[in-house]
Amino acid sequence: MTTPAISVKGLIKRFGEAEVLHGIDLDIPQGQVTCLIGPSGSGKSTLLRCMAFLEEATDGLIFINGEPLGFAPGPQGKPVRLPAARIRAVRSQIGMVFQQFNLWPHMTALGNVSEALKTVHGVRKNEAEERAMIQLKKVGLAERAGHYPSQLSGGQQQRVAIARALALEPKIMLFDEPTSSLDPELTGEVLNVMRSLAADGMTMVVVSHEIGFAAAVCQQIAFLDHGKLLMTGTPQQIFGKPRHPRLDQFLDTYLDRGAAMLV
Amino acid sequence: MNFDTNLIVSIMPELARAFGVTLLTWGVGVIGAAILGFLVAVGRRYGSAWLGYPLWLCVEVIRGTPFLIQLFLLYYGGPFVGLSLEPIPAGLLGLTVYGAAYFSEIFRAGFEAVPPGHVEAAECVGLNRRQIVRRILIPEMTMLVLPASVNMAIILLKETAVLSIITVPELTLVISAIGSQQYAFVESLFLLALFYWGLVELSGRLGRYMEARLSKYRFATA
Ligand SMILES: Nc1ncnc2c1ncn2[C@@H]1O[C@H](COP(=O)(O)OP(=O)(O)OP(=O)(O)O)[C@@H](O)[C@H]1O
Ligand SMILES: [Mg+2]
Repeated sequence: MTTPAISVKGLIKRFGEAEVLHGIDLDIPQGQVTCLIGPSGSGKSTLLRCMAFLEEATDGLIFINGEPLGFAPGPQGKPVRLPAARIRAVRSQIGMVFQQFNLWPHMTALGNVSEALKTVHGVRKNEAEERAMIQLKKVGLAERAGHYPSQLSGGQQQRVAIARALALEPKIMLFDEPTSSLDPELTGEVLNVMRSLAADGMTMVVVSHEIGFAAAVCQQIAFLDHGKLLMTGTPQQIFGKPRHPRLDQFLDTYLDRGAAMLV
Repeated sequence: MNFDTNLIVSIMPELARAFGVTLLTWGVGVIGAAILGFLVAVGRRYGSAWLGYPLWLCVEVIRGTPFLIQLFLLYYGGPFVGLSLEPIPAGLLGLTVYGAAYFSEIFRAGFEAVPPGHVEAAECVGLNRRQIVRRILIPEMTMLVLPASVNMAIILLKETAVLSIITVPELTLVISAIGSQQYAFVESLFLLALFYWGLVELSGRLGRYMEARLSKYRFATA
Protein backbone atom coordinates (compact mmCIF):
# COMPACT_ATOMS: atom_id res chain seq x y z
CA MET A 1 0.00 0.00 0.00
CA THR A 2 1.28 3.49 -0.80
CA THR A 3 1.95 6.04 1.92
CA PRO A 4 -1.09 8.20 2.61
CA ALA A 5 -0.79 11.84 1.53
CA ILE A 6 -1.71 12.83 5.05
CA SER A 7 -1.82 10.57 8.05
CA VAL A 8 -3.33 11.90 11.28
CA LYS A 9 -2.55 9.82 14.34
CA GLY A 10 -4.19 10.27 17.73
CA LEU A 11 -4.63 14.01 17.21
CA ILE A 12 -5.76 15.86 20.31
CA LYS A 13 -6.33 19.61 20.28
CA ARG A 14 -7.19 21.75 23.28
CA PHE A 15 -7.86 25.46 23.41
CA GLY A 16 -7.05 26.20 27.03
CA GLU A 17 -9.23 23.83 29.02
CA ALA A 18 -11.57 22.95 26.18
CA GLU A 19 -10.67 19.85 24.21
CA VAL A 20 -12.09 20.22 20.71
CA LEU A 21 -10.49 17.21 19.00
CA HIS A 22 -10.44 14.00 21.01
CA GLY A 23 -7.93 11.73 19.33
CA ILE A 24 -8.48 11.76 15.58
CA ASP A 25 -7.07 9.01 13.37
CA LEU A 26 -7.49 9.64 9.67
CA ASP A 27 -5.63 8.80 6.47
CA ILE A 28 -5.97 10.95 3.37
CA PRO A 29 -5.28 8.73 0.33
CA GLN A 30 -3.07 9.99 -2.52
CA GLY A 31 -4.79 11.54 -5.50
CA GLN A 32 -8.24 11.47 -3.96
CA VAL A 33 -10.68 14.04 -2.66
CA THR A 34 -11.66 13.71 0.97
CA CYS A 35 -14.55 15.73 2.35
CA LEU A 36 -14.85 16.61 6.00
CA ILE A 37 -18.45 17.10 6.99
CA GLY A 38 -20.11 17.63 10.32
CA PRO A 39 -22.19 20.07 12.34
CA SER A 40 -20.96 23.55 13.21
CA GLY A 41 -18.42 23.51 16.01
CA SER A 42 -17.56 19.85 15.51
CA GLY A 43 -13.90 20.71 14.86
CA LYS A 44 -13.63 20.49 11.05
CA SER A 45 -11.72 23.74 10.68
CA THR A 46 -9.47 22.94 13.61
CA LEU A 47 -8.57 19.56 12.11
CA LEU A 48 -7.84 21.12 8.73
CA ARG A 49 -5.80 23.93 10.30
CA CYS A 50 -3.75 21.34 12.17
CA MET A 51 -3.02 19.67 8.83
CA ALA A 52 -1.72 23.04 7.54
CA PHE A 53 0.20 23.59 10.79
CA LEU A 54 -1.76 26.78 11.41
CA GLU A 55 -2.68 25.21 14.73
CA GLU A 56 -0.29 23.09 16.75
CA ALA A 57 -1.65 19.80 17.99
CA THR A 58 -1.76 19.37 21.75
CA ASP A 59 -0.88 15.72 21.28
CA GLY A 60 -0.67 13.23 18.45
CA LEU A 61 1.17 13.37 15.14
CA ILE A 62 0.55 14.32 11.53
CA PHE A 63 2.56 12.91 8.64
CA ILE A 64 2.68 14.49 5.20
CA ASN A 65 3.71 11.90 2.62
CA GLY A 66 5.30 9.97 5.46
CA GLU A 67 7.24 12.91 6.91
CA PRO A 68 6.28 14.29 10.32
CA LEU A 69 4.73 17.77 10.24
CA GLY A 70 5.88 20.07 13.03
CA PHE A 71 6.42 17.37 15.61
CA ALA A 72 8.20 14.04 15.33
CA PRO A 73 7.77 10.98 17.55
CA GLY A 74 9.97 11.51 20.62
CA PRO A 75 11.91 8.94 22.66
CA GLN A 76 9.31 8.80 25.47
CA GLY A 77 6.38 8.77 23.09
CA LYS A 78 5.94 12.53 23.61
CA PRO A 79 6.12 14.46 20.30
CA VAL A 80 9.16 16.73 19.92
CA ARG A 81 9.18 19.91 17.89
CA LEU A 82 11.16 19.93 14.64
CA PRO A 83 13.41 22.81 13.55
CA ALA A 84 11.74 25.67 11.66
CA ALA A 85 13.43 24.92 8.32
CA ARG A 86 12.23 21.31 8.49
CA ILE A 87 8.70 22.48 9.29
CA ARG A 88 8.71 24.87 6.33
CA ALA A 89 9.96 22.16 3.98
CA VAL A 90 7.20 19.72 4.90
CA ARG A 91 4.60 22.46 4.96
CA SER A 92 5.51 23.59 1.45
CA GLN A 93 3.82 20.45 0.13
CA ILE A 94 0.50 21.85 1.28
CA GLY A 95 -1.67 24.58 -0.24
CA MET A 96 -4.44 26.14 1.79
CA VAL A 97 -7.62 27.91 0.69
CA PHE A 98 -9.67 29.85 3.23
CA GLN A 99 -13.33 30.66 3.56
CA GLN A 100 -12.49 34.38 3.62
CA PHE A 101 -10.10 34.14 0.62
CA ASN A 102 -7.49 36.22 2.47
CA LEU A 103 -6.04 37.83 -0.62
CA TRP A 104 -3.59 40.64 0.10
CA PRO A 105 -5.45 43.84 -0.81
CA HIS A 106 -2.40 45.84 -1.86
CA MET A 107 -1.37 43.41 -4.59
CA THR A 108 -3.02 42.63 -7.91
CA ALA A 109 -4.25 39.14 -8.68
CA LEU A 110 -0.94 38.53 -10.42
CA GLY A 111 0.95 40.00 -7.46
CA ASN A 112 -0.88 37.73 -5.02
CA VAL A 113 -0.10 34.63 -7.06
CA SER A 114 3.55 35.49 -7.77
CA GLU A 115 4.43 36.88 -4.33
CA ALA A 116 5.76 33.72 -2.69
CA LEU A 117 7.69 32.70 -5.81
CA LYS A 118 9.51 36.04 -5.71
CA THR A 119 9.89 36.56 -1.98
CA VAL A 120 10.38 33.02 -0.73
CA HIS A 121 11.86 31.18 -3.69
CA GLY A 122 13.85 34.02 -5.23
CA VAL A 123 12.35 33.51 -8.69
CA ARG A 124 12.96 36.55 -10.92
CA LYS A 125 9.97 38.84 -11.38
CA ASN A 126 9.41 38.00 -15.06
CA GLU A 127 9.54 34.29 -14.57
CA ALA A 128 7.44 34.41 -11.40
CA GLU A 129 4.76 36.36 -13.23
CA GLU A 130 4.84 33.96 -16.17
CA ARG A 131 4.34 31.06 -13.80
CA ALA A 132 1.59 32.97 -11.98
CA MET A 133 -0.18 33.63 -15.29
CA ILE A 134 -0.29 29.90 -15.97
CA GLN A 135 -2.14 29.39 -12.70
CA LEU A 136 -4.49 32.32 -13.34
CA LYS A 137 -5.32 30.78 -16.73
CA LYS A 138 -6.06 27.51 -15.02
CA VAL A 139 -8.69 29.19 -12.83
CA GLY A 140 -10.01 31.17 -15.81
CA LEU A 141 -8.83 34.60 -14.68
CA ALA A 142 -5.95 35.46 -17.01
CA GLU A 143 -7.69 38.63 -18.15
CA ARG A 144 -8.14 39.80 -14.55
CA ALA A 145 -4.44 39.55 -13.69
CA GLY A 146 -4.07 43.29 -13.16
CA HIS A 147 -7.11 43.69 -10.94
CA TYR A 148 -6.89 44.31 -7.21
CA PRO A 149 -8.96 42.14 -4.87
CA SER A 150 -11.35 45.04 -4.24
CA GLN A 151 -12.08 45.02 -7.97
CA LEU A 152 -12.96 41.30 -8.11
CA SER A 153 -16.13 39.43 -7.21
CA GLY A 154 -16.04 36.95 -4.34
CA GLY A 155 -15.91 33.98 -6.68
CA GLN A 156 -13.05 35.56 -8.62
CA GLN A 157 -11.18 36.33 -5.41
CA GLN A 158 -11.50 32.73 -4.30
CA ARG A 159 -10.22 31.48 -7.66
CA VAL A 160 -7.22 33.82 -7.34
CA ALA A 161 -6.66 32.40 -3.86
CA ILE A 162 -6.67 28.89 -5.35
CA ALA A 163 -4.20 30.01 -8.03
CA ARG A 164 -1.99 31.53 -5.32
CA ALA A 165 -1.82 28.18 -3.53
CA LEU A 166 -1.28 26.25 -6.78
CA ALA A 167 1.62 28.48 -7.88
CA LEU A 168 3.88 26.75 -5.36
CA GLU A 169 3.01 23.36 -6.85
CA PRO A 170 1.76 21.76 -3.65
CA LYS A 171 1.08 18.03 -3.52
CA ILE A 172 -1.98 18.48 -1.34
CA MET A 173 -4.67 21.17 -1.33
CA LEU A 174 -6.74 21.96 1.76
CA PHE A 175 -10.00 23.90 1.46
CA ASP A 176 -11.91 25.28 4.44
CA GLU A 177 -15.47 25.99 3.33
CA PRO A 178 -14.26 27.63 0.12
CA THR A 179 -17.74 28.59 -1.04
CA SER A 180 -19.49 29.44 2.22
CA SER A 181 -19.14 33.19 1.85
CA LEU A 182 -20.25 33.19 -1.78
CA ASP A 183 -23.60 33.72 -3.43
CA PRO A 184 -25.03 30.56 -5.01
CA GLU A 185 -24.23 31.79 -8.56
CA LEU A 186 -20.59 32.31 -7.63
CA THR A 187 -20.31 29.01 -5.80
CA GLY A 188 -20.50 27.09 -9.06
CA GLU A 189 -17.44 28.70 -10.65
CA VAL A 190 -15.29 27.85 -7.62
CA LEU A 191 -16.60 24.28 -7.41
CA ASN A 192 -15.84 23.87 -11.13
CA VAL A 193 -12.21 24.85 -10.56
CA MET A 194 -12.05 22.36 -7.71
CA ARG A 195 -13.61 19.64 -9.86
CA SER A 196 -11.00 20.12 -12.56
CA LEU A 197 -8.23 20.03 -9.96
CA ALA A 198 -9.66 16.76 -8.69
CA ALA A 199 -9.81 15.43 -12.24
CA ASP A 200 -6.10 16.25 -12.60
CA GLY A 201 -5.43 13.93 -9.68
CA MET A 202 -4.71 16.53 -6.97
CA THR A 203 -4.98 15.21 -3.44
CA MET A 204 -7.59 17.37 -1.75
CA VAL A 205 -9.18 17.73 1.66
CA VAL A 206 -12.33 19.82 1.59
CA VAL A 207 -14.39 21.04 4.51
CA SER A 208 -17.70 21.71 2.90
CA HIS A 209 -21.35 22.17 3.55
CA GLU A 210 -21.98 21.40 -0.12
CA ILE A 211 -23.30 17.91 0.40
CA GLY A 212 -23.99 17.59 -3.31
CA PHE A 213 -20.36 18.34 -4.12
CA ALA A 214 -19.24 15.95 -1.41
CA ALA A 215 -21.36 13.14 -2.80
CA ALA A 216 -20.37 13.76 -6.42
CA VAL A 217 -16.66 14.59 -6.26
CA CYS A 218 -15.26 13.00 -3.09
CA GLN A 219 -13.91 9.48 -2.98
CA GLN A 220 -13.82 9.58 0.80
CA ILE A 221 -16.06 11.27 3.32
CA ALA A 222 -15.23 11.78 6.97
CA PHE A 223 -18.01 12.72 9.35
CA LEU A 224 -16.93 14.65 12.41
CA ASP A 225 -19.15 15.18 15.43
CA HIS A 226 -18.18 16.83 18.72
CA GLY A 227 -14.48 16.47 18.04
CA LYS A 228 -14.70 12.77 17.18
CA LEU A 229 -14.51 11.09 13.83
CA LEU A 230 -17.79 9.15 13.80
CA MET A 231 -17.26 7.46 10.46
CA THR A 232 -15.22 7.50 7.26
CA GLY A 233 -16.06 5.84 4.00
CA THR A 234 -17.07 6.27 0.40
CA PRO A 235 -20.09 8.47 -0.33
CA GLN A 236 -22.12 5.28 -0.91
CA GLN A 237 -21.13 3.90 2.48
CA ILE A 238 -21.78 7.22 4.25
CA PHE A 239 -24.94 8.41 2.55
CA GLY A 240 -26.45 5.01 1.72
CA LYS A 241 -28.77 3.28 4.15
CA PRO A 242 -28.64 2.24 6.91
CA ARG A 243 -27.20 5.49 8.25
CA HIS A 244 -25.67 6.40 11.54
CA PRO A 245 -28.41 8.20 13.53
CA ARG A 246 -26.23 11.29 14.12
CA LEU A 247 -25.52 11.55 10.40
CA ASP A 248 -29.20 11.19 9.64
CA GLN A 249 -29.94 14.03 12.04
CA PHE A 250 -27.18 16.15 10.47
CA LEU A 251 -28.42 15.51 6.93
CA ASP A 252 -31.99 16.26 7.99
CA THR A 253 -31.07 19.76 9.07
CA TYR A 254 -29.54 20.23 5.60
CA LEU A 255 -32.61 18.94 3.82
CA ASP A 256 -34.74 21.20 5.99
CA ARG A 257 -32.57 24.13 5.16
CA GLY A 258 -32.64 23.28 1.46
CA ALA A 259 -36.40 22.93 1.53
CA ALA A 260 -36.70 26.23 3.36
CA MET A 261 -34.72 27.90 0.59
CA LEU A 262 -37.07 26.51 -2.06
CA VAL A 263 -40.18 27.87 -0.39
CA MET B 1 -9.16 97.45 12.20
CA ASN B 2 -6.50 99.24 10.20
CA PHE B 3 -4.01 97.06 8.36
CA ASP B 4 -0.49 98.28 7.71
CA THR B 5 0.52 96.47 4.51
CA ASN B 6 3.91 98.21 4.32
CA LEU B 7 4.79 96.68 7.63
CA ILE B 8 3.98 93.21 6.36
CA VAL B 9 6.16 93.71 3.27
CA SER B 10 9.08 95.02 5.31
CA ILE B 11 9.15 91.99 7.58
CA MET B 12 8.89 89.48 4.75
CA PRO B 13 12.51 88.20 4.83
CA GLU B 14 12.32 87.56 8.54
CA LEU B 15 9.00 85.84 8.10
CA ALA B 16 10.35 83.65 5.34
CA ARG B 17 13.15 82.43 7.60
CA ALA B 18 10.71 81.73 10.43
CA PHE B 19 8.43 79.92 8.05
CA GLY B 20 11.38 77.78 7.01
CA VAL B 21 12.14 76.89 10.64
CA THR B 22 8.51 75.92 11.22
CA LEU B 23 8.47 73.75 8.10
CA LEU B 24 11.78 72.16 9.05
CA THR B 25 10.85 71.34 12.63
CA TRP B 26 7.48 70.08 11.48
CA GLY B 27 8.83 67.94 8.64
CA VAL B 28 11.71 66.46 10.59
CA GLY B 29 9.51 66.08 13.66
CA VAL B 30 6.77 64.20 11.80
CA ILE B 31 9.18 61.88 10.00
CA GLY B 32 11.18 61.25 13.17
CA ALA B 33 8.02 60.68 15.19
CA ALA B 34 6.60 58.26 12.61
CA ILE B 35 9.82 56.24 12.45
CA LEU B 36 10.31 56.16 16.22
CA GLY B 37 6.62 55.44 16.73
CA PHE B 38 6.81 52.54 14.28
CA LEU B 39 9.82 51.07 16.09
CA VAL B 40 8.02 51.39 19.42
CA ALA B 41 4.94 49.67 17.99
CA VAL B 42 7.07 46.82 16.60
CA GLY B 43 8.96 46.55 19.90
CA ARG B 44 5.73 46.33 21.83
CA ARG B 45 4.25 43.78 19.45
CA TYR B 46 7.18 41.47 18.87
CA GLY B 47 9.57 42.29 21.73
CA SER B 48 9.70 40.61 25.12
CA ALA B 49 7.80 41.91 28.13
CA TRP B 50 11.08 43.47 29.36
CA LEU B 51 10.95 45.79 26.39
CA GLY B 52 7.20 46.07 26.17
CA TYR B 53 6.50 47.26 29.70
CA PRO B 54 8.92 50.24 29.75
CA LEU B 55 7.74 51.23 26.28
CA TRP B 56 4.14 51.10 27.42
CA LEU B 57 5.00 53.28 30.43
CA CYS B 58 6.83 55.88 28.29
CA VAL B 59 3.93 56.08 25.85
CA GLU B 60 1.42 56.51 28.66
CA VAL B 61 3.45 59.21 30.44
CA ILE B 62 4.04 61.18 27.26
CA ARG B 63 0.42 60.97 26.22
CA GLY B 64 -0.68 61.88 29.70
CA THR B 65 1.29 65.12 30.11
CA PRO B 66 1.18 68.46 28.23
CA PHE B 67 3.74 68.97 25.49
CA LEU B 68 4.61 72.37 26.95
CA ILE B 69 5.78 70.81 30.21
CA GLN B 70 7.72 68.04 28.45
CA LEU B 71 9.53 70.65 26.42
CA PHE B 72 10.32 72.79 29.48
CA LEU B 73 11.69 69.76 31.27
CA LEU B 74 13.81 68.75 28.29
CA TYR B 75 15.24 72.21 27.64
CA TYR B 76 15.61 73.66 31.11
CA GLY B 77 15.87 70.41 33.05
CA GLY B 78 18.06 68.54 30.53
CA PRO B 79 21.33 70.28 31.55
CA PHE B 80 20.93 68.91 35.11
CA VAL B 81 21.26 65.39 33.73
CA GLY B 82 23.96 66.32 31.23
CA LEU B 83 21.69 66.93 28.27
CA SER B 84 22.35 70.50 27.09
CA LEU B 85 20.74 71.09 23.72
CA GLU B 86 20.44 74.16 21.53
CA PRO B 87 16.83 75.30 21.05
CA ILE B 88 16.29 73.75 17.61
CA PRO B 89 17.70 70.27 18.43
CA ALA B 90 15.83 70.32 21.73
CA GLY B 91 12.63 71.27 19.92
CA LEU B 92 13.13 68.55 17.31
CA LEU B 93 13.83 65.92 19.95
CA GLY B 94 10.84 67.00 22.01
CA LEU B 95 8.49 67.01 19.04
CA THR B 96 9.78 63.65 17.82
CA VAL B 97 9.34 61.92 21.15
CA TYR B 98 5.95 63.51 21.75
CA GLY B 99 4.69 62.58 18.29
CA ALA B 100 6.18 59.08 18.49
CA ALA B 101 4.04 58.24 21.50
CA TYR B 102 0.91 58.97 19.49
CA PHE B 103 2.21 57.42 16.27
CA SER B 104 3.06 54.21 18.14
CA GLU B 105 -0.57 53.91 19.20
CA ILE B 106 -1.76 54.55 15.65
CA PHE B 107 0.56 51.84 14.33
CA ARG B 108 -0.39 49.44 17.11
CA ALA B 109 -4.04 49.77 16.15
CA GLY B 110 -2.98 49.40 12.50
CA PHE B 111 -1.19 46.12 13.18
CA GLU B 112 -4.24 44.84 15.00
CA ALA B 113 -6.57 45.82 12.18
CA VAL B 114 -4.79 43.61 9.65
CA PRO B 115 -6.92 40.45 9.48
CA PRO B 116 -5.04 37.45 10.96
CA GLY B 117 -6.08 35.44 7.90
CA HIS B 118 -3.89 37.63 5.68
CA VAL B 119 -0.91 36.67 7.82
CA GLU B 120 -1.92 33.00 7.87
CA ALA B 121 -2.18 33.01 4.08
CA ALA B 122 1.37 34.34 3.96
CA GLU B 123 2.60 31.68 6.40
CA CYS B 124 0.96 29.02 4.26
CA VAL B 125 2.94 30.04 1.18
CA GLY B 126 6.15 30.04 3.19
CA LEU B 127 6.87 33.68 4.06
CA ASN B 128 8.85 33.98 7.28
CA ARG B 129 8.16 36.44 10.07
CA ARG B 130 10.36 39.20 8.63
CA GLN B 131 8.96 38.82 5.12
CA ILE B 132 5.42 38.95 6.49
CA VAL B 133 6.11 42.22 8.30
CA ARG B 134 7.79 43.75 5.26
CA ARG B 135 5.56 42.48 2.48
CA ILE B 136 2.14 42.15 4.13
CA LEU B 137 1.79 43.96 7.46
CA ILE B 138 3.52 47.25 6.66
CA PRO B 139 1.77 47.87 3.32
CA GLU B 140 -1.65 46.89 4.64
CA MET B 141 -1.12 48.93 7.76
CA THR B 142 -0.08 51.98 5.79
CA MET B 143 -3.52 52.20 4.21
CA LEU B 144 -5.27 51.60 7.49
CA VAL B 145 -3.33 54.26 9.39
CA LEU B 146 -3.18 56.92 6.70
CA PRO B 147 -6.16 59.04 7.87
CA ALA B 148 -5.05 58.96 11.52
CA SER B 149 -1.46 59.75 10.51
CA VAL B 150 -2.44 62.79 8.47
CA ASN B 151 -4.44 63.97 11.45
CA MET B 152 -1.45 63.48 13.73
CA ALA B 153 0.82 65.37 11.34
CA ILE B 154 -1.60 68.29 11.46
CA ILE B 155 -1.66 68.24 15.25
CA LEU B 156 2.14 68.25 15.29
CA LEU B 157 2.19 71.25 12.97
CA LYS B 158 0.17 73.20 15.46
CA GLU B 159 2.36 71.94 18.30
CA THR B 160 5.42 73.49 16.65
CA ALA B 161 4.07 76.80 17.95
CA VAL B 162 4.91 75.57 21.44
CA LEU B 163 8.60 75.47 20.48
CA SER B 164 8.56 79.28 20.76
CA ILE B 165 8.77 78.98 24.54
CA ILE B 166 12.25 77.47 24.29
CA THR B 167 13.22 80.27 21.85
CA VAL B 168 13.17 78.25 18.64
CA PRO B 169 12.94 81.04 16.01
CA GLU B 170 9.85 79.67 14.31
CA LEU B 171 6.77 81.50 13.10
CA THR B 172 5.01 82.03 16.40
CA LEU B 173 8.09 83.39 18.16
CA VAL B 174 9.14 85.66 15.31
CA ILE B 175 5.69 86.99 14.50
CA SER B 176 4.73 87.70 18.08
CA ALA B 177 8.08 89.43 18.63
CA ILE B 178 7.46 91.63 15.61
CA GLY B 179 3.96 92.24 16.87
CA SER B 180 5.11 93.55 20.21
CA GLN B 181 7.94 95.64 18.73
CA GLN B 182 5.63 97.32 16.27
CA TYR B 183 2.57 97.43 18.47
CA ALA B 184 0.75 95.47 15.77
CA PHE B 185 -0.65 92.53 17.69
CA VAL B 186 -3.78 92.08 15.66
CA GLU B 187 -2.01 92.10 12.30
CA SER B 188 0.64 89.68 13.48
CA LEU B 189 -1.73 87.25 15.10
CA PHE B 190 -3.99 87.36 12.08
CA LEU B 191 -1.07 86.59 9.82
CA LEU B 192 0.04 83.78 12.10
CA ALA B 193 -3.37 82.15 12.11
CA LEU B 194 -3.47 82.44 8.33
CA PHE B 195 -0.12 80.68 7.96
CA TYR B 196 -1.10 77.75 10.12
CA TRP B 197 -4.52 77.41 8.62
CA GLY B 198 -3.08 77.46 5.10
CA LEU B 199 -0.61 74.71 5.97
CA VAL B 200 -3.26 72.61 7.69
CA GLU B 201 -5.60 72.96 4.74
CA LEU B 202 -2.83 72.00 2.34
CA SER B 203 -1.79 68.90 4.27
CA GLY B 204 -5.40 67.86 4.69
CA ARG B 205 -5.84 68.01 0.94
CA LEU B 206 -2.63 66.09 0.36
CA GLY B 207 -3.86 63.42 2.77
CA ARG B 208 -7.20 63.09 1.01
CA TYR B 209 -5.45 62.89 -2.35
CA MET B 210 -3.22 60.08 -1.09
CA GLU B 211 -6.22 58.23 0.33
CA ALA B 212 -7.99 58.48 -3.02
CA ARG B 213 -4.90 57.21 -4.82
CA LEU B 214 -4.67 54.25 -2.47
CA SER B 215 -8.36 53.42 -2.51
CA LYS B 216 -8.01 50.59 -4.98
CA TYR B 217 -5.92 48.81 -2.35
CA ARG B 218 -8.79 48.89 0.10
CA PHE B 219 -9.96 45.69 1.72
CA ALA B 220 -12.07 43.60 -0.58
CA THR B 221 -15.47 42.28 0.31
CA ALA B 222 -16.97 39.04 -0.84
N1 LIG C 1 -8.81 29.80 18.52
C1 LIG C 1 -9.75 29.18 19.26
N2 LIG C 1 -9.80 29.40 20.59
C2 LIG C 1 -10.72 28.77 21.35
N3 LIG C 1 -11.63 27.93 20.88
C3 LIG C 1 -11.64 27.67 19.58
C4 LIG C 1 -10.70 28.30 18.69
N4 LIG C 1 -10.95 27.86 17.44
C5 LIG C 1 -11.99 27.01 17.54
N5 LIG C 1 -12.41 26.89 18.80
C6 LIG C 1 -13.51 26.03 19.29
O1 LIG C 1 -13.28 24.73 18.80
C7 LIG C 1 -14.49 24.11 18.42
C8 LIG C 1 -14.38 23.62 17.00
O2 LIG C 1 -14.29 24.74 16.15
P1 LIG C 1 -14.12 24.62 14.58
O3 LIG C 1 -13.97 26.00 14.06
O4 LIG C 1 -13.04 23.66 14.29
O5 LIG C 1 -15.52 24.02 14.16
P2 LIG C 1 -16.10 23.76 12.71
O6 LIG C 1 -16.50 22.34 12.65
O7 LIG C 1 -15.14 24.25 11.66
O8 LIG C 1 -17.40 24.66 12.71
P3 LIG C 1 -18.06 25.53 11.53
O9 LIG C 1 -18.83 24.55 10.68
O10 LIG C 1 -18.99 26.46 12.26
O11 LIG C 1 -16.98 26.21 10.81
C9 LIG C 1 -15.58 25.13 18.62
O12 LIG C 1 -16.23 24.84 19.84
C10 LIG C 1 -14.85 26.43 18.72
O13 LIG C 1 -15.53 27.31 19.57
MG1 LIG D 1 -15.13 25.89 10.29
